[in-house]
Amino acid sequence: MEQNTTTHTAHENYDPISSKLGMWLFIFTELLLFGALFIVYSVYRYRNPVAFHLAHHELSITIGFINTVILLISSATVAMSITAMQKGDKKATLIFLAITLLLATIFLINKYFEWGAKIHHGIYPGSEFLLSLSHGDILFFGLYFFMTGLHAIHIIVGMVLLTIVFFRVRNGRINPDRYSFLENGGLYWHLVDLIWIFLFPLFYLIH
Amino acid sequence: MTGNIIHHQPSYLEYQGRYKGLLGWILSTDHKRIALLYLYSQLAFFFAGMIMGVFMRLELIAPGRQIMDPATYNALFTMHGLTMIFLFIIPGLAASFGNFFLPILIGAKDVAFPKLNLFSWYLFVGGALIVLIGMFTGDGPPDTGWTFYAPYSLRTNTNVVVTVFGAFVLGFSSVLTGLNFIVTIHRMRAPGMGFFRMPLFIWAMYGTAWIQLLATPVVGITFIMVIADRLLGIGFFDPAKGGDPILYQHLFWIYSHPAVYIMILPAMGAITEIITTFSNRVVFGYKAIAMSSLAIAFVGYLVWGHHMFTSGMSETARWVFSLLTFLVAIPSAIKVFNWSATLYKGSINLQPPFWWAMAFIFVFMIGGLTGLVLGSVATDVHVHDTMFVVAHFHYIVFGGAGLAFFAALHYWYPKMFGKMYNKRVSNIGLLVVFIGFNTLYFPMFILGIMGMPRRYYDYLPEFTFLNQISTVGSWILVTGMIIVVTNLLRAKKMAPEFIDNPWGGRTLEWKIQSPPPLENFEEIPVIDHGPYDLVKD
Repeated sequence: MEQNTTTHTAHENYDPISSKLGMWLFIFTELLLFGALFIVYSVYRYRNPVAFHLAHHELSITIGFINTVILLISSATVAMSITAMQKGDKKATLIFLAITLLLATIFLINKYFEWGAKIHHGIYPGSEFLLSLSHGDILFFGLYFFMTGLHAIHIIVGMVLLTIVFFRVRNGRINPDRYSFLENGGLYWHLVDLIWIFLFPLFYLIH
Repeated sequence: MTGNIIHHQPSYLEYQGRYKGLLGWILSTDHKRIALLYLYSQLAFFFAGMIMGVFMRLELIAPGRQIMDPATYNALFTMHGLTMIFLFIIPGLAASFGNFFLPILIGAKDVAFPKLNLFSWYLFVGGALIVLIGMFTGDGPPDTGWTFYAPYSLRTNTNVVVTVFGAFVLGFSSVLTGLNFIVTIHRMRAPGMGFFRMPLFIWAMYGTAWIQLLATPVVGITFIMVIADRLLGIGFFDPAKGGDPILYQHLFWIYSHPAVYIMILPAMGAITEIITTFSNRVVFGYKAIAMSSLAIAFVGYLVWGHHMFTSGMSETARWVFSLLTFLVAIPSAIKVFNWSATLYKGSINLQPPFWWAMAFIFVFMIGGLTGLVLGSVATDVHVHDTMFVVAHFHYIVFGGAGLAFFAALHYWYPKMFGKMYNKRVSNIGLLVVFIGFNTLYFPMFILGIMGMPRRYYDYLPEFTFLNQISTVGSWILVTGMIIVVTNLLRAKKMAPEFIDNPWGGRTLEWKIQSPPPLENFEEIPVIDHGPYDLVKD
């Protein structure tokens, strides 16, 4: 601890360790945000095991799987953009960031069609058809739309962040001497990925 | 000691940055200016909440209708709770005094993320505005109580969605403040200041910051779920759709019980500083007090079930939560015993902040001991949801955290403004507040044991006498508060004095000029001894 205390960040100073520590703490709060939802999920699944099992057949494992792969690749590309930055390769950094943003867009397009199909079949929160089903179905689809929706919002926030990162890399405000904003953007993106890794089995793969 | 400090730097109050006047305040990232922004907003909300409380007491002066109809009364106690809890005491000492003194006490020039700090204040004000909008628009202020218990919060026609969203934004502000403080404490301590050389206020702030960070997201998402239930009809907490209202209570209290420690921990920290300074002694049991802060923060997470002894829980859950609740008494008692031990054989300096601290200990003891009645399942089921709970809660939160807020204000006022208030008037004000406080809340304990339920608009004739005493107490309390605040406001108009260390304090804030210069320290101090050691400068 002692050696840490010598670093001082006044307004003009720059301490990458502080900003990374701050980001990790923020990610921790995000995990707790979803953590509460996982508790709600487990309680309701415990109470309605049959309905949850039957309801999950309505979801397309294929689209879910494709989206999982897309997010995993995007996590890799964002990590590669950081490595490229560390090596001082600005062009590669920009390319990897652009690929990440492209993959995120594809994820959202898939999500749009997936949700659209459900809504087309009359399955959405508060719909007459859904309310005519059992309590377990109502809760399963309520949780499905709420949790994947919240995750989609995080995807959009992450995309906004990475877009800002992209332009800052391009104009040189993020450079090999000072790139903690890029790293933090990357950390956030990994979080978005990580949460999906939990959502995918909970909704698509349960037995 | 005072004469040694040369006044040549402009203070943070005088310093002219890029912007002048009001903009120079609301765009400043200086932690001291942000602290004052919080302080003024919180005091404004405190007085607003107090006025609501006075009207509630006025309504309860006699059975039957006095000045308002039952629906207004329901809205009023909801708004009183929301204002006092989310706008005054949860930001509490952490947002105002924490912001001002945390960097100074660890020898830093600012917090780790000054812009984020200003952003937190904007979120705080934005959240407060949203709550206000919820009060005055739509179908009227919520009437659910500040707890927003489902399923009523899903069914009532009042403006729950807007208000709950406001509370969510306020939570966000709290999380970011906590995050900022944790990073600041880890990364920005002056050279030589190890964790065990930090003043105990910082230890309390550290525990608080972790609770803010770890508990708030849970209630945040719970509030969003209530909004989703109302707007989209999902049914998370709606029994008609398979949801479970008891689950709402769990999620709500997982945050809202630790929130009590967000309120009280910084208060305990400030009291520790005050008692040490005015006893002129090294604090007794430094490590025990430091660790008790963390112990309270940790055990505080695991006790939320004691709010739900009568809601429907298994017998096992009830005794486990009861046991854990009793465990919190241990670190709390460690603090009180260490304060007493610090006073023992101290050279006690009877100044206003010290009297405020003594008033704090007195009412906090009553609040703490009555907490045991509520923590034990067997007795709780009899007084649950009676006025006894109201009395206990106000003894802890207003008598504890609230009085400590004013103790801290009197302790640090000369440092923050470079001026001294009238000590005699302050002592008189405290005496009136103290008498008013006990007259207002103590009868509620008896009313609760007699069986008067809380949150009721009307009551049986046999409760009239004690309710009248209580209402009279509310008038005395308000009078005292007006004396205290007027005294402080008058002091602000007086000419500045050179009072860098009026109390003989030994922590770092007393070694710089009052009011502090923009960057606190000309040179970052090197720390080579404990925070309270008596050393010659």
